[in-house]
Amino acid sequence: MTTKVSRKTLAAFLGPAVFALAIVGIAPLLFAVWKSLHYFNLTKRAQERFVGLENYATVLTDQAFWEAMGRTALLFIIAVPVQIVLGLIIALVLHRPGLTLFKTLTRLSLVLPMATTYAVVGLLAQVMLNQKYGVINQMLGWIGIESINFIGDPTNAFIAVILWDIWQWTPFVALILLAGLSTVPPEIEEAATLETRSNWTVLRHVQLPFLIPSLVAVLILRTADTLKLFDMPFTMTRGGPGSATEFIAVLIERVGNRQFDIGMAAAQSIIMLAVTIVLARLYIRFFYREVR
Amino acid sequence: MAAPIQSRSLVGEAILLVLICAFCVFPFYWMVTTSLKTQVVALESPPVWWFTPTLANYWEVLFEDKVGVSLINSIIVAVCTTALAITLGTPAAYALARFEFRGKTDLWFWFITNRFVSPVVLAFPVFLISRELGLRDTHLALILMYLTFSLPIVIWICTDQFRSIPRELDEAAMLEGASQWRIFRSICLPLAMPGVAVSSILSFIFSWNELLFAYILAPKNAKTAPAMAVTFMEGYDVPYGKIMATSTLIVIPVLIFALLASKHLVRGLTMGAVK
Repeated sequence: MTTKVSRKTLAAFLGPAVFALAIVGIAPLLFAVWKSLHYFNLTKRAQERFVGLENYATVLTDQAFWEAMGRTALLFIIAVPVQIVLGLIIALVLHRPGLTLFKTLTRLSLVLPMATTYAVVGLLAQVMLNQKYGVINQMLGWIGIESINFIGDPTNAFIAVILWDIWQWTPFVALILLAGLSTVPPEIEEAATLETRSNWTVLRHVQLPFLIPSLVAVLILRTADTLKLFDMPFTMTRGGPGSATEFIAVLIERVGNRQFDIGMAAAQSIIMLAVTIVLARLYIRFFYREVR
Repeated sequence: MAAPIQSRSLVGEAILLVLICAFCVFPFYWMVTTSLKTQVVALESPPVWWFTPTLANYWEVLFEDKVGVSLINSIIVAVCTTALAITLGTPAAYALARFEFRGKTDLWFWFITNRFVSPVVLAFPVFLISRELGLRDTHLALILMYLTFSLPIVIWICTDQFRSIPRELDEAAMLEGASQWRIFRSICLPLAMPGVAVSSILSFIFSWNELLFAYILAPKNAKTAPAMAVTFMEGYDVPYGKIMATSTLIVIPVLIFALLASKHLVRGLTMGAVK
């Protein structure tokens, strides 16, 4: 049940927030659309001119753009299933009764990686993964693996970003899935554990149906965040070596900030935004259908 | 037979939990210990685990390398963003929770969509606009841009909170002749303080952590701590101890806040899809 109020009251309550968000969120977006229709390079201001959809045509046929998109997709395809499997294991362990103190501590420590400044996460990777001075290579040495050049080699740098993404976001996935597990009615779960000794059967037939919404949330949020991923690879590798870790947001930053081609960067980001909006719509359709 | 099996599985479970904790915490341990090493110790190969700690790196970054200034910039930006987001966001949240009006669903949709928009989309147009307006390299430019994520967070969490307050209180006040604004300020807002606190913490964490806007919009005077940490990576002789000291200084306030709001952090990151 909600109250009907006068337009004046409504404007007083909602106006400031809507106005502020329109100024900082929508105005720059419209400006970006306008600039994306221009040749606009900060170092060649004299050549500025309206070019229509030329930038879009260039972007859509640009190999670097599609490679960055492909890299971003590959990161998602490799990292997210690992995060889901590990996250589910962690969630299932935490969901079991007993060892309360241990579990409270674990839950607290799970919060740390996802709260950590993403830029710092990239710096940590630099320090820990260094071929000569890095502790990860020292640990690999203990189990007889030769030291690996993580940051300097294109394939290894990509793997390093994946590993670091897994470190930072597995806890997030685990906590979402744990929240999903807590929606299973305890009576049903207990009845099922009396019926069968197999944890797998309980998971498959009792818990999984309740986990579907959490899994959808994980997929959509991880997709959006992978498209946004900038800080960690930027501080870790600057997109290199070569373009091995140049994900889509890093590419756009390079084109706009280091090549000064703002018209092109605008076109790239508008295309990326279109992809994002489709995802957001899906997400909201799943979760926010009932706004009263 | 049942008892030994169970105790054995409990031991296994405990070991697994310890491993999970170690997995999450080890990088922080390494960050802090490296920050206490001199450059010579930090460049030992293989790395050393036991050494005489020194606070020299902290001293240097805080007072010689302007990390101290950048931390103050970070505090100014994060606190002002949070205050502004709460001021603008709580009345809007109240309206969404209590009033009936056309276009509510669309407005809601728009607020939530901001969670998905990559800052790189907005950064360059805002860079150009802020240059025109003389706002480049000011705290204000960052504070305004950080509203794009802090305002939706505040609105989402506080709407939820206002909905949980019984409407009988409003109705009683309305019968007494109180205006909507009065009801909001004097009755509902005080009761919504837990939601206000949680959304303030989240808004602070997200503003504090932000890099891309800071890197592009505030290259010098208003430079925040994460953007400052990035500049250390430039050049050949990478000062590991100093980088990790800076990182520690950046991360500690965030971790404290994250632990305080640990139950709500996931809620903030998912914009409420998960309670």
